[in-house]
Amino acid sequence: MTRPAGGLAALFDNDLVHSFLHSKVTMVAALVTLAIVLAAAFAPWIAPHDPFDLRQLSLLDSHLPPAWAPDGDRRFLLGTDDQGRDVLSAILYGARISLGVGGLSVALAAALGIVLGLVAGYAGGAVDSLIMRAADVQLTFPAILIALLIDGTMRALSGEARNEETAFWVLVLSIGLSSWVQYARTVRGSTLVEKNKDYVLAARLIGLSPTSILFRHVLPNVMGPVLVIATINFGLAIILEATLSFLGVGLPPTQPSLGTLISIGNKFLFAGEWWIAIFPGATLAGLVLAINLLGDWLRDALNPKLR
Amino acid sequence: MLAFLVRRALQALLVLLVVALIAFTLFRFVGDPINQMVGLETTAAERAQLREALGLNDPVVVQFGRFVWHALHLDFGVSYQFKQPVVALIGERLPATIELAFVSALFALLLGIPMGVHTALNRGSWLSTLLLTVSLVGISLPVFLTGILLIFIFAVTLGVLPSFGRGEVVRVGFWTTGLLTASGLRAIVLPAVTLGLFQLTLIMRLVRSEMLEVLRTDYIKFARARGLTDRAINFGHALKNTLVPVITIVGLQLGSVIAFAIITETVFQWPGMGLLFLIAVQNADIPVMAAYLLLVAAIFVTINLIVDLLYAIIDPRIRVEARSA
Repeated sequence: MTRPAGGLAALFDNDLVHSFLHSKVTMVAALVTLAIVLAAAFAPWIAPHDPFDLRQLSLLDSHLPPAWAPDGDRRFLLGTDDQGRDVLSAILYGARISLGVGGLSVALAAALGIVLGLVAGYAGGAVDSLIMRAADVQLTFPAILIALLIDGTMRALSGEARNEETAFWVLVLSIGLSSWVQYARTVRGSTLVEKNKDYVLAARLIGLSPTSILFRHVLPNVMGPVLVIATINFGLAIILEATLSFLGVGLPPTQPSLGTLISIGNKFLFAGEWWIAIFPGATLAGLVLAINLLGDWLRDALNPKLR
Repeated sequence: MLAFLVRRALQALLVLLVVALIAFTLFRFVGDPINQMVGLETTAAERAQLREALGLNDPVVVQFGRFVWHALHLDFGVSYQFKQPVVALIGERLPATIELAFVSALFALLLGIPMGVHTALNRGSWLSTLLLTVSLVGISLPVFLTGILLIFIFAVTLGVLPSFGRGEVVRVGFWTTGLLTASGLRAIVLPAVTLGLFQLTLIMRLVRSEMLEVLRTDYIKFARARGLTDRAINFGHALKNTLVPVITIVGLQLGSVIAFAIITETVFQWPGMGLLFLIAVQNADIPVMAAYLLLVAAIFVTINLIVDLLYAIIDPRIRVEARSA
């Protein structure tokens, strides 16, 4: 076949659909991901309670175990936390925030990495060296450390008072900036190959600007691997967000993500009130596992060597 | 060979300088160092005097030079929060982190290698399938969640292991160790398992795929043709050849061990450097953050350099490439 491998067109071709329909694990993973994403997206409509509406909360309902336990309450399927918040509803709203931070930070990292990778690969020379050395230095450190560092710096800059409102965007920025390197390296590598091909030469001959060559002609041909990295990094970004929130430098308890919920529940684990931490934890683990399985499948399906 | 060595060492030095520049920028420009050091009642004149005394009015390049010079002498200033020299704070907590990283690496290697060999030799057995499935789940489980689960099972429900702290420690010279007391040994189990679990899955999968690769090569076929026992082939020939990449990856992974130690130490309130760094981030304690950053960079760069050198010594092809490049 003469179709360019790994191009955007490959996304919709029959091989991909075929391999999807022949992997039960992948289909289950896709279903789980879709279910959690939909449940999170429609949380305000399907959640049994509004965990942020103070009028609905009653301390009389606090610390209730799941509904099936001896002294559970049928109104709260997965029990309640110390403030009488319904754990199930809190999970639905929490997943919304986790997915939001994950999605936006992956978009930021991918955009940054793609632009830098394209420029480095196409321009070459000093620009290339500068970008890639920066990538090398950053790669020396694990993402969690860089995210913590950016987060700490922003805290020092913005001051305690504004933390609550800015926490969401600070997280998106820290996670996004800590994970652009992989995209940049991959895109640069593919760009180095693509820029010597005839179609780029032809585009240059008819006088197209470098910007339009890069983004309209080269970019679509290097997108395949980017999608794989983005899927795998989506899972990593969600873990990173949960970890930062758990460590107390992420989202505050007033707008809890899954990580914040686990962190709250952790305090009551010793009292035997396991449901406050374990249910958000299971949701998080299930979501990340499903996304990882999807990423693995996408990598194998888009890799022409394995076909 | 010498040229290769020198070039790698220079690159490492450059990385350290860049990190030092970042640490310096953090220290100097994020928040005003003077405001953090003095109380509310300090007058403007006293502040100006302190500013002059600390050399904060000098050109930035001079300040950076001084910062590097001090860092080379392990002087990172005074923590805003604890009002103690940063070096003393870190030195106090370094042994705890190193012991934790060491025990977790030992745990990961001692369990991961046999598990990897088993899954490679017995493909499709129920134990292999189980191990591989569990390892996939293990990779998807965030470190802090593993820690919480272990605490819930072993400390809360069964009540057999402590859930926080280091237990009793013994002082040996400047080093405090928890590995010599019973309570210290009990205390390290859960944190070490939490920290080592990700490494364990990684090593197992790596050993498995390397073993599968090696078992397909010609020299293994010849060894079989010579009539060597399975044991001699599997362990004497195959496993030995898989260990070089495994040790490299484990060495390079030491960086992520240090990073994950931040999380593990927080979950288990382990009094190490990671916990110190996290408290510094929460309180915007810039000198501690800067020193930790530099220290971690130094450790990473040294490890990378050693791995590169070992590679060049083990594999002659790299030396040749280095000469021609």
